[in-house]
Amino acid sequence: MDTISTPVKKLDHDLKMSGAARYTDDLQIPDMQHGKVLYSSVAKAIIKEIQLPQLPEGYVIIDKNDVPGENFVHIVADDCPVFADGVVTYIGEPILMLVGPDLKKVRELLSQIVVVYEEQTPEIDFRKGETFFYHYEYEKGDWQKAFAEADQVLDETIETGYQEHIYMEVQSMIGMKDPNGKITVAGSLQCPYYVHRALQKALGLGPDKVCVIQAEMGGAFGGKEAYPSILGCQVAVAANKIGKPVKCVLDRRDDITVTSKRHPASMRYQAAIKDRKITAIQADIRYNSGAYITLSPVVLQRGLIGAMGVYTFDALRVEGKAVKTNTVPNGAFRGFGGPQTFFAIEMFMNHIAKAVGEDPLPFKLRYLAKKGDETSTRGRYHFHIPMPEMIEKVDKASGYSQKYQEYKNQSGRYRKGIGLGLAYHGCGFTGSGERDMIKGVVRLHKLANNKVEVLTAGTDMGQGLKTTFVKIVAKTLGIPIEDVIIKNPNTDFVPDSGPTAASRSLMVVGKLLNRAAEKLKEQWEDGEEQEVEEHYVHPEFMIPWDLSVFQGDPYPDYSWSANVVEVEVDTLTGVTRVIGAWGMYDVGTAIDYRIVQGQMQGGFLQGIGYGSIELMDVNSKGQIRNNSLSDYIIPTAMDVPHLQTDIVDHPYEGGPFGGKGAGELPAVGGAQAYISAMESALGTNLYKTPFSQEDTLEFLTKGAK
Amino acid sequence: MTDTIRFRLNGEETESHSDPSARLLDVLREEFLLTGVKCGCKEGECGACSVIIDGQLANSCMVALGSVSGSDVMTIEGYSKTKRYQKLSEAYAEFSAVQCGFCIPGMVMASEALLSHNPHPTEEEIREGISGNLCRCTGYSAIVSAIKKASENGEGLW
Repeated sequence: MDTISTPVKKLDHDLKMSGAARYTDDLQIPDMQHGKVLYSSVAKAIIKEIQLPQLPEGYVIIDKNDVPGENFVHIVADDCPVFADGVVTYIGEPILMLVGPDLKKVRELLSQIVVVYEEQTPEIDFRKGETFFYHYEYEKGDWQKAFAEADQVLDETIETGYQEHIYMEVQSMIGMKDPNGKITVAGSLQCPYYVHRALQKALGLGPDKVCVIQAEMGGAFGGKEAYPSILGCQVAVAANKIGKPVKCVLDRRDDITVTSKRHPASMRYQAAIKDRKITAIQADIRYNSGAYITLSPVVLQRGLIGAMGVYTFDALRVEGKAVKTNTVPNGAFRGFGGPQTFFAIEMFMNHIAKAVGEDPLPFKLRYLAKKGDETSTRGRYHFHIPMPEMIEKVDKASGYSQKYQEYKNQSGRYRKGIGLGLAYHGCGFTGSGERDMIKGVVRLHKLANNKVEVLTAGTDMGQGLKTTFVKIVAKTLGIPIEDVIIKNPNTDFVPDSGPTAASRSLMVVGKLLNRAAEKLKEQWEDGEEQEVEEHYVHPEFMIPWDLSVFQGDPYPDYSWSANVVEVEVDTLTGVTRVIGAWGMYDVGTAIDYRIVQGQMQGGFLQGIGYGSIELMDVNSKGQIRNNSLSDYIIPTAMDVPHLQTDIVDHPYEGGPFGGKGAGELPAVGGAQAYISAMESALGTNLYKTPFSQEDTLEFLTKGAK
Repeated sequence: MTDTIRFRLNGEETESHSDPSARLLDVLREEFLLTGVKCGCKEGECGACSVIIDGQLANSCMVALGSVSGSDVMTIEGYSKTKRYQKLSEAYAEFSAVQCGFCIPGMVMASEALLSHNPHPTEEEIREGISGNLCRCTGYSAIVSAIKKASENGEGLW
């Protein structure tokens, strides 16, 4: 019998497969003008003068003076200008936009603009920076006593690098103005109402005077959560000034240089050990925010909440800082602060295990969190945690335990290694955000022909949301999926169901749709037009979250993963091949088994890339050193074997048909599995991700640093 | 009229008056409005703009218009009308191999180029065949499975 998990053909398959889907850059609008942004080429300076070339008719400069409202992009705080106001604070800060009818001419004119800077000394190294946008601390139990009484203390610093999204479609946006002065922005964006609110502020217009429409989106992975608010304000201001549609599509090199990335992190972990057992952990964590706040506080919060990984410790202290630097502002990326700390704690647990003479897996198993445990933030794990059975399955599929023994003490040119990485991802917006900030609303509109339209602000960026939302509504109503309609969100028509972020859409918005459909079913009248609306209801079992003390339940439930990677290292060249990759996941009930599998595999490979080849850094001037696909490398089909992923069916009672968060989870556990495999192959401890071919060669010639 | 470049586009004789040094990608998208041909990098790295020129897979961003004079150029718009496309589409759908879809037109052209040269590829050969086409969504497993399936179901088509 078909269940909700039974796969269906994705609703957008034919459109995308045939090339007929229209992404932002494919949209043809009469009299469309092209905009290109001039970005700062220095990391910190006062702008002394901007020398413009003679502009032909129809070519216009748009800058801070053209922003009719406040010259700030509303994200978390309002600190990031739409266009620079006399100063620049990172390489890539937008100064002005040049707009005109011919893109080639726009590029030519843009290259002739000279900006005279009075340069200042930038702060580049976030390890040393002393300006903090945010600084959080929390603790549990008597960690001081544990450290005082420890018979062994392990103290390590573990670091993670940048990661760039490389959504295949670059950031793209179109601004339009209608004769009544209403501004519409259409483009590649995850969160229509985030852009909507930012536009109101920058344009000084009321909510009915701005409209945001999502075009087909060629990937996002978090990278189109905040940046579209910046680009959206820019094209809106331009369209507002010239009264014509303005399209801005970033070049790939600009996209990599100026848009947000995963926050690099430096994490000092200390463990108090007594009688070969962990008695307390301290973590001192720094995330590089870059020049502006954007989403950093929320990213950092998620990272700190997960600082103890999938384990329960009775005594701990966690401190975290979002460090301001003169580098490109970092932001959301699948996992949202989690991949950094989960990497660190997994490596640290490996190292502690070895320090007390044990293998990592049996050691880790003893500290695994389980139902009823108090979380690090004094919340509660309210539901069964299926990690032991997931680990058993992935161990059996991969042969981890046996291979781990086999791969000890290897010599010879080719050496194999196998590693295990464990992770969770908290489902939904962090803390009390769902209740206090988002307050999601959905509507179902039933037409007289008995077809039902789904109205939410949820965006499909490839994760299959259109298909899964329709499945939830159709299944609840007991009607065929062909009778359910879903379109890309347009804020003129859809309610604010919240951002498409935080692995919240299926669990939170999907549940609202499930309830709305139940309500519609009760009221159903054949041939009548009907509408139902549902509002977010906070789960009663949650221990209230208090950010001021960092306590409570930050999430109603968690998704879990156990990941194994097997590698083979050529010790002559340093080249490492991934020869096996296995992932076992708990995402509640899969709303579509194949869609979930696709999410798990894609995220897992992003995690493996984060561990292995996706190396990015800034130079001493604050310039991203590798801003093209030629030198920022992501995995190709030849860089991995078939990814062996599966899920355990473990329904979450608070989600629609038992579903919970899925999208981000697989990106949280891949790097630690890969680096653990490198530790196994090289017979050493490692302290950073990514660990590149060059790092491997350096280790083989000089030993671990 | 030395600047007129004549070639076959999706099976029909056509001509372009664009600059012969223009990127074929830009000409296809802007002059012929074939927006199924995607631009991901303009540096020949991502494969989103893949087309088939005289039976060979090519990144259209790396091809000058002038160089396709007299050639046969196939884009997704033309290919999607073929039986082979139908087989590939069914197989891609069966594995839900299309996520964001931005790499897919190029990936489909790479699939065709592979199968037309090698109708029964091994998994390794499939991975090599699409290795010039980046996909950030899928981890490639579903795409590889789909191409394998299409080659099995499309007996005689390739």
